[in-house]
Amino acid sequence: MTLTKELKLRIFEKAALCRAFENEVFQQVKLGVIKLPVYLSAGQEYIAATLSVALEEMGIKGPDRDIFVQHRGHSSYICFGGDIESLILELLGDPSGCANGMGGSASIHSKNANIYGHDGLMGTQGPIATGSCYASKRPTLCFSGDAAAEEDYFLASIGWASTKNLPIWFVIEDNNYSILTEKNIRRNWSMTDLAKGFRMDAYELNDDPNEIFRILPSSITKPLLLNINTNRLFWHAGAGIDSDKIFDRHKDFERELAKLEALEINENAKSKVRKSWNAII
Amino acid sequence: MECNNLALRDVIKEITKTHLLEKNGLAMGQCLTAVGWVGGTLPELYESEGMIELSMADVAGGGFVVGAGLAGRRPMYIIRYQGFNWFNSPIIINYACKSKDIWQRPCPIFIRSIAMEGAIGPVAGSSHHSLYYRMPGVKILSPMTPMEYRLAYKEFMNDDDVYYISEHRSAYSNANELPDMIADQPDFALFPISITRFAAQEAALELKNIYDLNISVNHIFRIKPFTLGSKEALKNLSKSKYGGCVLDDDYVDGIAKNIAYDLAVQSGASVKVMGLEDKTAGFAANVDNLPPSKEKIKNFILNIVGKGAK
Repeated sequence: MTLTKELKLRIFEKAALCRAFENEVFQQVKLGVIKLPVYLSAGQEYIAATLSVALEEMGIKGPDRDIFVQHRGHSSYICFGGDIESLILELLGDPSGCANGMGGSASIHSKNANIYGHDGLMGTQGPIATGSCYASKRPTLCFSGDAAAEEDYFLASIGWASTKNLPIWFVIEDNNYSILTEKNIRRNWSMTDLAKGFRMDAYELNDDPNEIFRILPSSITKPLLLNINTNRLFWHAGAGIDSDKIFDRHKDFERELAKLEALEINENAKSKVRKSWNAII
Repeated sequence: MECNNLALRDVIKEITKTHLLEKNGLAMGQCLTAVGWVGGTLPELYESEGMIELSMADVAGGGFVVGAGLAGRRPMYIIRYQGFNWFNSPIIINYACKSKDIWQRPCPIFIRSIAMEGAIGPVAGSSHHSLYYRMPGVKILSPMTPMEYRLAYKEFMNDDDVYYISEHRSAYSNANELPDMIADQPDFALFPISITRFAAQEAALELKNIYDLNISVNHIFRIKPFTLGSKEALKNLSKSKYGGCVLDDDYVDGIAKNIAYDLAVQSGASVKVMGLEDKTAGFAANVDNLPPSKEKIKNFILNIVGKGAK
């Protein structure tokens, strides 16, 4: 697929909105307004932003596909059409939140956008997405962290999806960490090698939209695994920063746009997020 | 009481066929289409007709079924030995059973969980319905007769909850209904679950014939939410001279004690439990762990009423 200037702008807009949202949540946690544990996806937003634009370009819109998110799923929720105010309400534990105030940060969902919530058991979205895809034959995206993807049942899902040749993409948002335990301590194998062992197409790549677009097929017709290396800017849970030396894709991708253009998009995103918060508190 | 002369296995087969061919349903499980077709309870259908052979990945298999439930296919999940649920159940219990509460997204699944015992060994034998019982969002029924099974399926199709159907292979040949046996002036009241219902009935008849003891038998078909077949059952228990006993095909430290507690509180009677002993089952007969037999039930009651076995 070709990444045009117009598509880059759309990706940047989505990512900017996610970033503005997560920064605001960070602040609201610090202020004590949000009291629930939060799993922030800042730094990882280009995966969902890029794939959501790619699916739109393929003509695969909300009603025609299913999205299964992981516990660190705010960016996926926002990029694939989840309502921001419902998400804010959810983080405040309000019964009118996107998961009825029961899901918190980790179990968000949207019926309207066909986004399925996560139950808190790591990796269960693998088999659930696979079973759903088997039963519906609809294009399906299954997001997972690199640690959750190690769950035995997640691996079995890749095997069954391959066996049944399902239209499902497994998207591993690989930030290298299980909380703070690095991948090379946990395993000596890669998800892409494993998927290939299951006879599934698989790619190891970075969360650079240019790189992602280069390898994406033009439609979702068969199983695929994308292990996309990314960076988590904030703590595993809560509002904190592990290091100030973490590579930030958002700053990097800004260079693809004119400086003023990027500035304006970022400001618009912040303003939109602020407006949503102001409408609620 | 007979029901069209069809044995339970034929009724299950007929229901499954209709579910797949007329209701857009799915039947999912391991080794379904192999020899025997799960005790003769499955129609000879294949994947194109909705009979889905899962891989041998047990935990993932439960998750595949949950996905199919979310997709609205009302899958039947066939678990050939109830003990396998220790692997099959996690994603069902933690996702399907909670999905309606958290996200208002129902995930109806009809879990056909099959018990059998006698030389099955330490893991697979007997019923394990207590495993599901303690978690919210699931209904548990244990149909042993054709009419009960039809009722269970009908309720499932008109509901959007997860249904755990606790079956027993030894009941598959049964074509008769099992009405409650209510004694006017009961000496003792039995509340049997699953396969113990047959032994309870036989024990009650023999205790009447040989010892002139009046034993009520109140069959438990609806385990969760727990309801008895008739309003008279509780009153009958209250009147029982020596109280009652819940019989189960699962370990006693589970559903049996929960139900016994409820019955005791509601009736004021003393209610005991009989079920699997708190020990690991072996394959050989001398180390097996079996549900209460007719003889065991008889002796248990005779000890309570103070009569030695004749």
